[in-house]
Amino acid sequence: MSTTATTTVTPPDAPRAPRPVPDPVPFGRLVSVELRKCFDTRAGFWLMASIGIAALLATGAVLLWAPDSELTYSTFATAIGFPMTVILPMVAVLSVTSEWSQRSGLTTFTLLPHRGRVVAAKAAVVVGISLASMALAMAIGAVGTIAGSAIAGVDPVWDLTTVDALNITLAQTIGMLVGFMLGATIRHSAGAIVGYFVYSFVLPGLTEVLAQTQQWFGDLRPWVDVNYAQSALFNGSLDATQWANLGVTLAVWLVAPMAVGLWALMRSEVK
Amino acid sequence: MITVESLTKTYGAFRAVDDVTFTARPGRVTGFLGPNGAGKSTSMRVMVGLTPPTSGTTTVCGRRFADLPNPGREVGVLLDASAQHAGRTGREILTIAQRTMGLPKGRVDEMIAQVSLTPSEAERRVRNYSLGMRQRLGIATALLGDPEVLILDEPANGLDPAGIRWMRDLLRGYADQGGTVLLSSHLLHEIEVVADDLVVIGNGRIVAQGTKAELLASAGTLVRTRDVPGMSAALTTAGVEHTLSAAAGGADALRVEADAELVGSIALDARIALLELRAAEGAGLEDMFLEITADDQRETLTQGAAA
Repeated sequence: MSTTATTTVTPPDAPRAPRPVPDPVPFGRLVSVELRKCFDTRAGFWLMASIGIAALLATGAVLLWAPDSELTYSTFATAIGFPMTVILPMVAVLSVTSEWSQRSGLTTFTLLPHRGRVVAAKAAVVVGISLASMALAMAIGAVGTIAGSAIAGVDPVWDLTTVDALNITLAQTIGMLVGFMLGATIRHSAGAIVGYFVYSFVLPGLTEVLAQTQQWFGDLRPWVDVNYAQSALFNGSLDATQWANLGVTLAVWLVAPMAVGLWALMRSEVK
Repeated sequence: MITVESLTKTYGAFRAVDDVTFTARPGRVTGFLGPNGAGKSTSMRVMVGLTPPTSGTTTVCGRRFADLPNPGREVGVLLDASAQHAGRTGREILTIAQRTMGLPKGRVDEMIAQVSLTPSEAERRVRNYSLGMRQRLGIATALLGDPEVLILDEPANGLDPAGIRWMRDLLRGYADQGGTVLLSSHLLHEIEVVADDLVVIGNGRIVAQGTKAELLASAGTLVRTRDVPGMSAALTTAGVEHTLSAAAGGADALRVEADAELVGSIALDARIALLELRAAEGAGLEDMFLEITADDQRETLTQGAAA
């Protein structure tokens, strides 16, 4: 496009020497930056640290208070896993919502105008944290089992199969993705956290009451109650119907709202 | 180079930006001037892809912003210095940007030094920053990738006089090296000092644009007197066009379409004492600016009453 001055005499344009077009930002770099952003505030750091701290506290509690016969690997795994089901989704929620609530998205999405890539990097980080946390939980659980059996003077009991472990990992990852979905849909830290507690702790109570009082809902429940379908993952291996229940409820409660949330996120105005 | 063509952004029935077209050229500082709520920030957000336009196009360095492979290396952007995670340190915010852009590590310290933040200030969390420090940090983020184009929304906000002077020199030097600078302000005097070109916007529409020289070109004479009605009558009798001007800061000034000598002799004939008589440099622009500001404020008032 020509920009020669027409009416007034202007100093000649002094364009800089033409510069090479920079390389696109690789996805791996985005993931490493997003991972860093999970740790680089006090709140973020302690939230991440609390995953390990809660695991250690849970292990200590089992060692102190569980009867000797219960000092098995699955007891430790369950005790360690419970606080994670609360903490991990918070990590996922905040990784998305802080861009809006703290308004850092103004810089993030200016440096990276393709919001889909940023969100994908965040999702990769969230899933990675979920897997790393489960590995940590398994390791701390193993140490607890060995320590517990040594203290009680019994043989360590490794009563958690690989399938069990994978199912629990899947359940934790789904929990994190639920947090991620709520973050992307609500895009407000406090709102999304409240949303998560309603989703995961209030709704199950309501459906439980409904299932016990209404016969028709009790029959229907596995197909509509996502928390119910998911709870099967914590109780050993699933049969085909249970997998189908899980798939159907997740499609409705996770995939569909995620799609809507991401669609809105891509087109929303960042202020 | 930044081009904006027929840009329109509506929110429901409200036209925040209405058919805006202009170009910010390399080697020049372009001032984007308008009262609060005139559509400056919205236009800038559209330029950098944060707000989807209703219609029209914007390009930076000849491309749509979203098509820039690594925008931070080509366009430095500062839209709102307070829009940062309050829990991060200044250095951390720069480090995140440095890593995103793929720049060498040393660049962060260079920038901290260039914007005159001390190393201990850089280690503080942004929630403890003054607005001036946030602006400096925002400028550092914008300059980090050594971009060809700068887009800055009210960068002088919150800076002390020395800081404003520093910013002015920085932008001037940047443009002199061939960079394109677009900066917005709601203060005419602030932008008059540094800009080469001006784009004046009010209620979403461009009301004037051109080089500063064109827009500030001597538009007649400014005359101040305690007897404004008498002076006005005398000028009317002499057949000289004139308007009341608020540019001198009071209600006692007239802007006259004639040279100072003629105005002086008219005043002498009418036996009217003058307080001031000078070329009305920039008074036309200032009057126009005050007018759109006043319009804007009335608009806000009526809207508020209707709501």
